[in-house]
Amino acid sequence: MILAAAPALPLHKAGPYVAAAYIVFLALILIYVTIMAIRLSRAERELTELARERARRDAQPRDRELERV
Amino acid sequence: MHVYGRGLRGLSLATSATLTAALILVFFYAPLDADQGFVQKIFYVHVPLAVVSLCGFVLGGIFAVQHLRTGDRRNDMRSYVVIHMSLIFAVGALITGSIWARASWGHWWEWNEPTLVSFLIVFLLYATYQPLRFSIEDPERQARYASVFAIVAGAFVPLNFIAVRLAQQYVHPRVLTLGGGNLPGPMRLTFIVSLFGIGLLYATLCKYELTAKHARRQLRALRRNVLGDDAVRPLQRSAAPS
Repeated sequence: MILAAAPALPLHKAGPYVAAAYIVFLALILIYVTIMAIRLSRAERELTELARERARRDAQPRDRELERV
Repeated sequence: MHVYGRGLRGLSLATSATLTAALILVFFYAPLDADQGFVQKIFYVHVPLAVVSLCGFVLGGIFAVQHLRTGDRRNDMRSYVVIHMSLIFAVGALITGSIWARASWGHWWEWNEPTLVSFLIVFLLYATYQPLRFSIEDPERQARYASVFAIVAGAFVPLNFIAVRLAQQYVHPRVLTLGGGNLPGPMRLTFIVSLFGIGLLYATLCKYELTAKHARRQLRALRRNVLGDDAVRPLQRSAAPS
């Protein structure tokens, strides 16, 4: 709605330059967020692995007790 | 345990709201510049990026002073993160400035212009920060030398700024002055909101990075705890504080 109500911007000559500047800004943020997302998914994978290992170790003594009984 | 992550959500929301408001003001409120026309809209992203990155470099020096005074490694981490983020913002300022220069002067770069060259010098100076850290293997020495570098370079930033201000010959416009500058009201408001928005973005990304680094360290400690020392890969040589 804002876009529809806004006056037409003079995009003829300067438009591509202004667009390029703002795209650079956006691209820098996106690249950063992507890198952080990759790191986060790696951390999550490690955490899952640790939780699985912990659960396996917790289950081991219980199995031994059951064997004894 | 929340150490760095506290308030991150609120900060992120404030950043999103301020940047959205800034973009609306830039394109639908601020009037067109009588001299440059639509190209002047680059000003609202280029100048805040440059200002915030320079302030970040100085902040890195302040954290480095605290690190050397207290010996607290967290201040070295803060110094590293703010300098790292300032470098990214400085890249943004250089690229957007170059695009603006091309649009209004017809050249991508102007070597006779003290403002541009001095900013490039500051950027190149800080570009050596990470290689310096990487070249020192011992973490204690690395942190100490990096702090000394951050203090000296941080002191150079305002000196450099003053020297450029005193220069007589320049093409680059002087918009911000001690007397309040020569921006008309709507343009000034838009600029202040943009500056605030980019400042908030900088603070959010720094906090995000610090939180991520802290979480990784915690995860490493947990891995050692659960799986034993053998399961944890030895720390590789890195520019980042361990």
